[in-house]
Amino acid sequence: MNQLIQSDLSLIWPEIFVLSMAMVVLMTDLFIKPSMRWIIFALSQFTLLGGAYLTGQHFNHQTEFAFSNMFVRDGLADLLKMMSYAGTSLIFFYSRSYMKDRNLYRGEYFSLVLFALLGMMIMISSHNMLLVYMGLELLSLCLYSLTALDRDNQKATESAIKYFVLGALASGLLLYGMSMIYGATSSLDLNVISTALLNNPTDHAILILGLVFVVAGLAFKLGAVPFQMWVPDIYEGSPSSIAMLISSVPKLAAFAITVRILGDGLQSMMVDWKQMMLIMAVLSVGIGNVTAVAQTNIKRMYAYSTISHIGFILFGLMSGTLNGYASSLFYVVSYMFMTLVSFAVLMMMSRKNFECESLEDFKGLNKRNPWYAFLMLITMLSMAGIPPTIGFYAKFMVLQAAFDAGFASYVVYAVMMALVGMFYYMRIVKLMYFDEPKLKNKLDVSMDIEWILSVNACALLIVGLIPHAFMEATTQAVALSLH
Amino acid sequence: MNLTHILSYSIWTPIFLGGLILLLSGKVSDTQAKWFSLVSSVVSFLITIPLYTAFDFSFGQFQFQEFFHWIPAFHINYHLGVDGFAVPLILLTSFTTVIVVLASWRSIEDRVAQYMAAFLMMSGLMIGVFSALDAMLYYIFWEAMLIPMFLVIGIWGGPNRIYATIKFFLYTVLGSLLMLVAFIYLYLHTHSFEVVNFYNAGLGLYPQIFIFLALFMAFAVKIPMWPLHTWLPDAHVEAPTGGSVVLAAVMLKLGAYSFMRFAMPIAPEAAIYLKEFMVTLSLIAILYIALIAIIQKDMKKLIAYSSISHMGFVTLGLFMFNSIGIEGAYVQMISHGFISAAMFLSVGVLYDRLHTRQIADYGGVIHAMPTFAAFAVFFAMANCGLPGTSGFVGEFMVIMSAMQNNFWIALIAASSLIFGAAYSLWMVKRVFYGEARNQKIRVLKDISWREFFILSILALLIILVGIYPKIITDMTNASTVQFLEHMHLIKPVTSLPLDV
Repeated sequence: MNQLIQSDLSLIWPEIFVLSMAMVVLMTDLFIKPSMRWIIFALSQFTLLGGAYLTGQHFNHQTEFAFSNMFVRDGLADLLKMMSYAGTSLIFFYSRSYMKDRNLYRGEYFSLVLFALLGMMIMISSHNMLLVYMGLELLSLCLYSLTALDRDNQKATESAIKYFVLGALASGLLLYGMSMIYGATSSLDLNVISTALLNNPTDHAILILGLVFVVAGLAFKLGAVPFQMWVPDIYEGSPSSIAMLISSVPKLAAFAITVRILGDGLQSMMVDWKQMMLIMAVLSVGIGNVTAVAQTNIKRMYAYSTISHIGFILFGLMSGTLNGYASSLFYVVSYMFMTLVSFAVLMMMSRKNFECESLEDFKGLNKRNPWYAFLMLITMLSMAGIPPTIGFYAKFMVLQAAFDAGFASYVVYAVMMALVGMFYYMRIVKLMYFDEPKLKNKLDVSMDIEWILSVNACALLIVGLIPHAFMEATTQAVALSLH
Repeated sequence: MNLTHILSYSIWTPIFLGGLILLLSGKVSDTQAKWFSLVSSVVSFLITIPLYTAFDFSFGQFQFQEFFHWIPAFHINYHLGVDGFAVPLILLTSFTTVIVVLASWRSIEDRVAQYMAAFLMMSGLMIGVFSALDAMLYYIFWEAMLIPMFLVIGIWGGPNRIYATIKFFLYTVLGSLLMLVAFIYLYLHTHSFEVVNFYNAGLGLYPQIFIFLALFMAFAVKIPMWPLHTWLPDAHVEAPTGGSVVLAAVMLKLGAYSFMRFAMPIAPEAAIYLKEFMVTLSLIAILYIALIAIIQKDMKKLIAYSSISHMGFVTLGLFMFNSIGIEGAYVQMISHGFISAAMFLSVGVLYDRLHTRQIADYGGVIHAMPTFAAFAVFFAMANCGLPGTSGFVGEFMVIMSAMQNNFWIALIAASSLIFGAAYSLWMVKRVFYGEARNQKIRVLKDISWREFFILSILALLIILVGIYPKIITDMTNASTVQFLEHMHLIKPVTSLPLDV
């Protein structure tokens, strides 16, 4: 028995470490002067580094379960966790001066983000509906409070309430769906559910009803149409750094639970969820792209662009093949790195008492700072899916998988919508390169951030030139983790 | 000399040097940047020369092949190789880049280094398009090439540049996305992106028609064929002179070349099935667009429409499915590359001096600029197909091949020679002859040695191809035979398989 616990514990060392460090960060903040905040920053980065080290230690191709199959450590989990550490670390770097200027550079910020990360890690590794729900709630609660972190800001508070109410509703839907599936299969364990559904198909009606609720809950967390209403409002209302967090890393976790619940647990109901996915994918790609064209607020534009990217991710998922899941995994990870740069540039252009929010603010960026304009150019090309950037391969893989699964005409549709998307991404390029600057001030960014941002953006191009290793990693992770 | 990697050098040298210029842009003066770009473009041109001298023209297969696995997960390879169709166009590309750098010497003052770098990179990417034998590699070059052109028109263009450049971009991308879907289909069918595997995919007629139409969208926009041509006049009018030259001389050829490399050999039955459709579109382009050109008030717009009309001969020649038609189309492509470049440069010469392109603003230029007028009249003559110039050879060959097919097609195509003469010569008359319209024209200075040098090289090349077109047909001959064999239009002479 003791032995068992020990081997179980050895699998969740990263989670334990992040949890304890989050508390250390929380406590340390009480005892240090505001001028010593860099300690908190360093501690948080150390947490991520340590987490990466602990996750990396177990890096092997075997799938291991712990705590009566509740928790799983496999290739998919390792990859996604590593990417989550990287994303979170970048968020800390990029948001540093932005948060300082707004007097939000406080211990709560760091500990809440770390708790959110813990929630995501649990989601990524969960193999039981209950654990999925636990991780999801931990993440969501942190995100709600982070949205309202700037508590004197009316807009932020309003969007936090909105996020909370809608998020709670979605959690409710998900929970309701889970309970129905539990009723039909009498288990919450994804393995058991999967075998139960394969061996003796029970009452189909109740399962379908449960499935609908589960898919709706997941779609809300992903932000797919028709559950997208919250996305633009939250992006617009919350501070840019929090919008960056919401739009990036949690998508990895949401992807993980979607793949695990639908692709693994409810695999034999694929026929049913495929149709729902198809409708959501078609709507997300269409509405996301078309609506984004009409936006003048850059954060709302990013929000609709996120919705369209989610649509593409669903295109990969709905093909229901390992190839399709791998392509979605590739897409979601590359999407995260793209969106981080796009928000980071936004924050670099903001300063004390000024929020860079309007598309107009991008005017003439090439004249103000050619290097940032170039980094943004790469990012926009990547988001638009123009080769040789990583965004192109992401779209290519997803569409190839969907085509292979027999969705040829939908692929043509998606491609046309991608064309619509190119219009508004190229509009930013147009504003940066072809227009005269409206704001004259220089961008002052500290050296380390500039380097990190440059590496992040250039990686979108360089990995685009040599994408093989990354493709192989995602394909392997999916092939070894799902069956 | 080891020529194993000659294609890679041809592609990456200009891109690398362009990147270097971009990095140096803040640190060197504009003059230094210009000289560095000139040297880079000349070096890049010299590198492509062995492609011609060491090429075995009796052999219709792909030569100078390079191959390594690039993205094994999707069987995407870095596979380069050229045949007789690609070599002349590669030389044209690298040559045009030198011309563009020289031509922009005085006319570009803002962000010179970035401008030159864009053209060098574009040159490398276009050579990549011409030499890629892997569909995905081809697609990546094809799309990447758009970005520098988008920026060139958008940054250094005329007053309405933003509308023009976004239109250019979206039109082109619309076509290429459909091409991507076609490639994905072919990939799922053949489990490879190799062009030669696509050739032997053995598709039925209906899939072939879909593939052909998807590829048609990509290439017809680029050529451009009527009715997908509306982006071209806008792009040409707004682009700086260098941009217009590259657009007309090389980028339009990419579309025609891609028909020969992809659409027709991959979907041969569909190409034959849709022959009437293609011929009709070509004839409309030849005739109707020529009529539109006559009434233009803007010189650049007139030449742009004339380009569309001339490219109509190229597609007409291709879809006549006989060797003289294909070779005629090919000669027409090269010839149009020289003539349209020369015409746009001539407009650039005038525009640099008076900053207007309206025909009505000119008149009597010959009194102030006799040397330049001689060149301009010569190029206009070449444009309307004067025997002895390259313009004549291509059109004549295409009309001959049409005559073998159908008298009426030949008649319609031939009638455009009259309209061609009408718009070219009428423009020359209004711009160069008559009384000088105003004082500014009377005091114009004649062309400098630099402009004289550029225009005389082009004039010499136009005459050379005009009186000795064999230098081009020799290059394409073996590949044409190969092409027609593959299309099952002629019986195989040799027993060589297509994929070496």
